Amino acid sequence: MDMNWHQIGRIEDIPLRGARCVSTPQGKIGVFRTAENEVFAIEDHCPHKGGPLTQGIVHGKAVTCPLHNWVISLETGKALGADAGVVKTIPIRNENGVLSIALESLLMAAE
Amino acid sequence: MTEKLVIIGNGMAPGRMLEHLFEKAPGTYQVTIFNAEPRVNYDRIMLSPVLSGEKDYEEIIIHGDGWYIKHGITLYKGHKIVEIDRTRKTVTSDHGVTESYDRLVIATGSVPFIIPVPGKDLRGVITYRDLDDVQAMLLAAQSREKAVVIGGGLLGLEAAAGLASRGMDVTVLHVMPTLMERQLDPAAGYLLQKAVEERGIKVICKANTKAIVGDGKVEGIELDDGRIIPATLVVMAVGIRPSVGLAKDAGLAINRGIVVDHGMQTSDGSIMALGECAEVDGQVYGLVAPLYEMARVAASHLSGDRSASFVHSDTPTKLKVTGIELFSLGDFTDGDDREEIVLRDASAGIYKRLVLKENRIIGTVLYGETSDGAWFNDLKKKATDISEMRETLIFGQAYQGGSPLDPMAAVAALPDDAEICGCNGVCKGKITSTITAKGLTSLDEVRAHTKASASCGSCTGLVEQLMTLTLGDTYSPAAVQPMCGCTELGHDDVRRLIKAKGLKAIPAVMQELEWKTSCGCAKCRPALNYYLVCDWPDEYADDYQSRFINERVHANIQKDGTYSVVPRMWGGVTNANELRTIADVVDKFEIPLVKVTGGQRIDLLGIEKEDLPAVWADLGQAGFVSGQAYAKGLRTVKTCVGSNWCRFGTQDSTGLGIRIEKFMWGSWTPAKLKLAVSGCPRNCAEATCKDIGVICVDSGFEIHFAGAAGLDIKGTEVLGLVRTEDEALEHIVALTQMYREQARYLERIYKWAKRIGLDEIRRQIMDDADKRKAYYASFVFSQKFAQVDPWSERVSGKDKHEFKPMATVGFSQAAE
Repeated sequence: MDMNWHQIGRIEDIPLRGARCVSTPQGKIGVFRTAENEVFAIEDHCPHKGGPLTQGIVHGKAVTCPLHNWVISLETGKALGADAGVVKTIPIRNENGVLSIALESLLMAAE
Repeated sequence: MTEKLVIIGNGMAPGRMLEHLFEKAPGTYQVTIFNAEPRVNYDRIMLSPVLSGEKDYEEIIIHGDGWYIKHGITLYKGHKIVEIDRTRKTVTSDHGVTESYDRLVIATGSVPFIIPVPGKDLRGVITYRDLDDVQAMLLAAQSREKAVVIGGGLLGLEAAAGLASRGMDVTVLHVMPTLMERQLDPAAGYLLQKAVEERGIKVICKANTKAIVGDGKVEGIELDDGRIIPATLVVMAVGIRPSVGLAKDAGLAINRGIVVDHGMQTSDGSIMALGECAEVDGQVYGLVAPLYEMARVAASHLSGDRSASFVHSDTPTKLKVTGIELFSLGDFTDGDDREEIVLRDASAGIYKRLVLKENRIIGTVLYGETSDGAWFNDLKKKATDISEMRETLIFGQAYQGGSPLDPMAAVAALPDDAEICGCNGVCKGKITSTITAKGLTSLDEVRAHTKASASCGSCTGLVEQLMTLTLGDTYSPAAVQPMCGCTELGHDDVRRLIKAKGLKAIPAVMQELEWKTSCGCAKCRPALNYYLVCDWPDEYADDYQSRFINERVHANIQKDGTYSVVPRMWGGVTNANELRTIADVVDKFEIPLVKVTGGQRIDLLGIEKEDLPAVWADLGQAGFVSGQAYAKGLRTVKTCVGSNWCRFGTQDSTGLGIRIEKFMWGSWTPAKLKLAVSGCPRNCAEATCKDIGVICVDSGFEIHFAGAAGLDIKGTEVLGLVRTEDEALEHIVALTQMYREQARYLERIYKWAKRIGLDEIRRQIMDDADKRKAYYASFVFSQKFAQVDPWSERVSGKDKHEFKPMATVGFSQAAE
């Protein structure tokens, strides 16, 4: 599928071990920054009951959902531990601190 | 016929390239070098030892004048090239010398990044790049005055150490939370900061420079929090940028650096580039190993061998500060497909972390003991399968076959004067020596003889570990439930050790208590954050990212991701003006539900996160502050109308409730805290199922505690009867502080009381006036830092990133 890259801001806009959300036609996307200064983007929607993952505590390369403490991998979007479920991961690029995410052009073209 | 080779720049990369070239194809080229610096090729990596006085300039020269003569090189010292004419194939220097070339090599290196703040051009502001900078620093150091180094990376720390060893009073400012965050994880960064501070260098992290101040010359630095740090010398060491201006003017392809292929060829067939100014596959390099690799490749191509190709490889980082051992290599971030092995030795200040992927090392951070760095590097390079030696891998090459870690190492490492029992002031040495001297073998005996663990009992786990250490396997302690998967220690052990070892930051706790993960989890981080805030209210800076969302945005998250807002209504009393404001806010923000809570206040539900600051601003105008309905802290003080209105009332219960609420809101507690004051034993405020309750009687105030009306239902226990309102407040505050200091995170007061024993609590609060007054004073001190209305703080802009999306993208295209 064609990808459209969109600049969303700078890495410093996100706190270390924190997250921000980005509004898109595909819904809210969470952009996460780990203690190690890596960035990930996943849908801001817990596979369990739809909790906003950007509001959770970020630890290692995972986030704990604020609603019921599911732990979601930022890399794979999969729930860790005994829970089963997955959220979509979104391609993200970090070029000298400038972040861009890729949206699907199919959805973009929908008028 | 010999061709003319011209080189712009005389650093380490072109120097190494020429050595290879003269060896491979002697006599092929007639070489001319233009060097903007007025000197020969020297070892730039060794500038730090020159600064610190461990080496002289003469010792770091790579190629002396004789070498240039021997190879027939024309070296223009102090000539900066100002123009490349690609059609005529010439270069021209700022002194007007023009040379023609057949092949040109650009090796202009990099320029230091200057942060664009006011005062950056003042006299006394320098960078750290070449020998001139070092000489400027040495000159400034003769004054032995104050220096500030901006940048806590490799270069900045080396500059700081050098200046400190020359007698200057040095402060390092670093914008990130930990030092060298690109090369080190936070745990190693913490150890590094400790070591740097032990050298008398002050370190300020999260420091944003607002301006460099001074009249004509530097007088100090102003941070954006308003702090001024006096300095007569400012060294900017925040990073470097490839120097590409010349190549850009000549029309070569430029990205971050001069774009070259794997053979160091630029977009012009006659021109090559190498060193820090060159960019291969989108990467630029600043460490010497890859630059030397570029030199090897460039020399091959110049000698006619076109097969050589530059390949990226990770280079280990080391800090050249005497006595600080650190090593960092590869990718050390963690993740699902990766595993980590962490070894912490708190007493020796050692931290080692290996990151594994599919049983192969992909990253390494070593601090304090780096002798195995080369071995790990080798295993990584060769992608060796380590599953066979996994258990002992972290101990290094020499220890293959050794025994695994001792789980009691943290306690064993405690000094003898570390206080184990806070209630009775008993140190480790006293416990171990008494066990030995009196031949004690049971916990009860140790309690009887030393008083350790004999009061609140929260140090029992530690005392038992000390018994095991002293008695060996003959003693088997009761199992302690660990805080979480990141540690073997229980909550009580961790709380006690934070005090005993004076640990004042989360990375410090994780290092000194030998945490098994590098950055904790969602269970231990909020708990540690609470323990540190409670124990060091003035010194510990709250770790925002370790708070649950409700405590970050000061509202309660609901199932659909909206929030509810509860303004404080002191003692449950309100008035027409407040109610009108609430009604207006409900209309303005179309708030879907307004509900009266069980704690006598009004809950506004269904507010979008983005609207929170505006809602608070409107509420704040009417005098409302946050009701902290989300807090692990004082929630409400429920009251009845008391003697002011009620025909049965014995005291002013409403007034006392309001007074308690105004006095106690703010400081965090281990779990939520709900209070009530009833004006007579009919108990309309339901004080006897609260965390703390007061029943007013004719003779005074009966204080109750440890009730519950949630998962468990439990009537309160009586603490005691006091005569006056002032006494009631003092007792309630002291009880709260005792609970704050002893309970486990998320443990309600009734569970804590059951664990500690009601008699012990009564003894400390009712009978021991000194103890009570000390608890009271501690709480009052904590309130100095905690009684800040979080809503008004956020209305004025604090943490504003929390409430706005980072960006909105993709919509405009769809509309077109």
